[in-house]
Amino acid sequence: MVMPATLSRNAQLIVRAQDIQGRSLWVDARRRLLKNRAAVASMIILAVIALLAVFAPWLSPYAYDTQDYSVISCSPAWWPDPNVMCNAGGAHWFGTDSIGRDIFVRTLYGARVSLAVGFVATFVSLLIGIAYGATAGFIGGKLDELMMRVVDVLYSLPFIFFVIILMVVFNRNFLLLFVAIGAVEWLTMARIVRGQTLSIKQKEFIEAARASGAGTFDIIRRHIIPNVMGPVIVYVTLTIPAVILAESFLSFLGLGIQEPLTSWGVLISEGANQMETAPWMLIFPALFMSVTLFCLNFIGDGLRDALDPRMRR
Amino acid sequence: MLSYVTRRIVGAIPTMLIIITLAFFMMRIAPGGPFDSNHRLPPEIQHNIEAAYNLDKPVYQQFLMYLDRLMHGDFGPSYKNKDFTVTQLIEDGLPVSARLGLSAITLAILLGTALGVIAALNHNRPSDYGVMAIAMFGITIPTFVTAPLLTLIFGVYGITLFGFDLSLPVGGWNGGAMKNMILPVTVLALPQIAIISRLVRGSMIEVLNSNYVRTARAKGLPSHIVVVRHALRAAILPLVSYLGPAIAGLVTGSLIVEQIFGLPGIGRYFVQGALDRDYTLVMGVVIFYAMIILLLNLAADILYRILDPRVRFD
Repeated sequence: MVMPATLSRNAQLIVRAQDIQGRSLWVDARRRLLKNRAAVASMIILAVIALLAVFAPWLSPYAYDTQDYSVISCSPAWWPDPNVMCNAGGAHWFGTDSIGRDIFVRTLYGARVSLAVGFVATFVSLLIGIAYGATAGFIGGKLDELMMRVVDVLYSLPFIFFVIILMVVFNRNFLLLFVAIGAVEWLTMARIVRGQTLSIKQKEFIEAARASGAGTFDIIRRHIIPNVMGPVIVYVTLTIPAVILAESFLSFLGLGIQEPLTSWGVLISEGANQMETAPWMLIFPALFMSVTLFCLNFIGDGLRDALDPRMRR
Repeated sequence: MLSYVTRRIVGAIPTMLIIITLAFFMMRIAPGGPFDSNHRLPPEIQHNIEAAYNLDKPVYQQFLMYLDRLMHGDFGPSYKNKDFTVTQLIEDGLPVSARLGLSAITLAILLGTALGVIAALNHNRPSDYGVMAIAMFGITIPTFVTAPLLTLIFGVYGITLFGFDLSLPVGGWNGGAMKNMILPVTVLALPQIAIISRLVRGSMIEVLNSNYVRTARAKGLPSHIVVVRHALRAAILPLVSYLGPAIAGLVTGSLIVEQIFGLPGIGRYFVQGALDRDYTLVMGVVIFYAMIILLLNLAADILYRILDPRVRFD
């Protein structure tokens, strides 16, 4: 920019400062995240698995619940082979189970349920956690003390047992499973949000906002929530695998998703029962699940590194 | 210290009450009573059975009676395992579960600490990355995947290494024989080994960079004494506070492990009870486990205070 010679030195500095592109926290974080190869690879793999899950019905000629007694416990095969009974009608890429259902399509349907549970239950926990934590942190005082006391008590409960009781009492309701797991996972979220709110509340920019006449609700919405988002997002990516794990755990024990619907936990449980004769029933779902959990953990770690301002160069 | 312990125990009472209340009333809102069956019993008999289990009394009275019985260590009769009380079933499974859990936690602490120290001493070198990669595996891959996979490898296929038969029994308790314990304990300990090694690595790196460790080195102490006597003592503290959650993790893991390896522990009764809708059994086990977890949490906290003189009992 051409500086008119008449401008004072201070004015020149101000004009120059307007030229500098501001780097927001989010721009920085995105750049750092994209530099993290493990995280980027994980995002790609996860996207592929998610797409496979979404388009599962169109990716395989088989239905997830069709039983075909001419192809019982077939081993995996890539190409149809008219000479082999198992593959005469078409190849089963991941083999079939003991009642002739295609493992490939079942694994993808399992991905649908597991991912859906993962995201929905995490969302439930996010809503409860943010509302609870932000309220306790921002209002503070006696109310904060009381609310956090409740969280402390709930923390010491063996919660998975209560989810099990819920599933026993309400007979394995699909929706309830989502809500129950979400209701278990919100505690840590609430603590994180509260802690962040407490520290942000003291900052000068909140004071400035209040001084310039912003209301409590506006301050929470415009200033508090955007600033607590960093740690929350990190925790969300780490909650999703925990939720997927919890659902699979219940399904593995026979307390989660019911037949003919399936999830990775159900498939792994079935596979574990058949592994002497049909190890592919165990290996493929276990592989999909492990890869997904790995990816989510790597993304979570990557996000944490990216959003941690101490890492800023 | 005594006052601290008393205060903590008193503080645990409301938690325990909440757990019991939750468990009790969740069971009460369950559709269908425990003695509803497909063919209806004659009303008099139904009434007699319900009277025998006090199910005809008002709910609050049932609750108080249940509390009263709990005070005497009586979890009531099992609805599905006829002639057994829940207490008997728990007593039956406890030795198995306790041995399994204690072996696993011991293994996890020893191995996890060793791995963590190795990783910290080789910070940012290949052996550090190696340990952390293994830890990542241990944390992400759940028990119900590792258990069948290890069963497949060591049980179904069997492995012979240098002429040694490494195949292991994959089921049954066999009176707690060493061979039968190896796989379940390993599976149960794996996630904890992973978490503990990460924990110890992190705190060890921090401690190794601290001033007093530098002083110890500067005055010429041999490296192993610095590591074991000076650094490890401080680095182990976060591990002690992790013991509480670790126990809870082991309890949850034991549900899976006992199921897969067919071990007659409490976890197996619990899962069977849940599938059979044996309400009293499920409730009893939840309350029992909650009590164990609370007690062990308390023990871990006290241990922490004993080890770390900076934390006072007040």
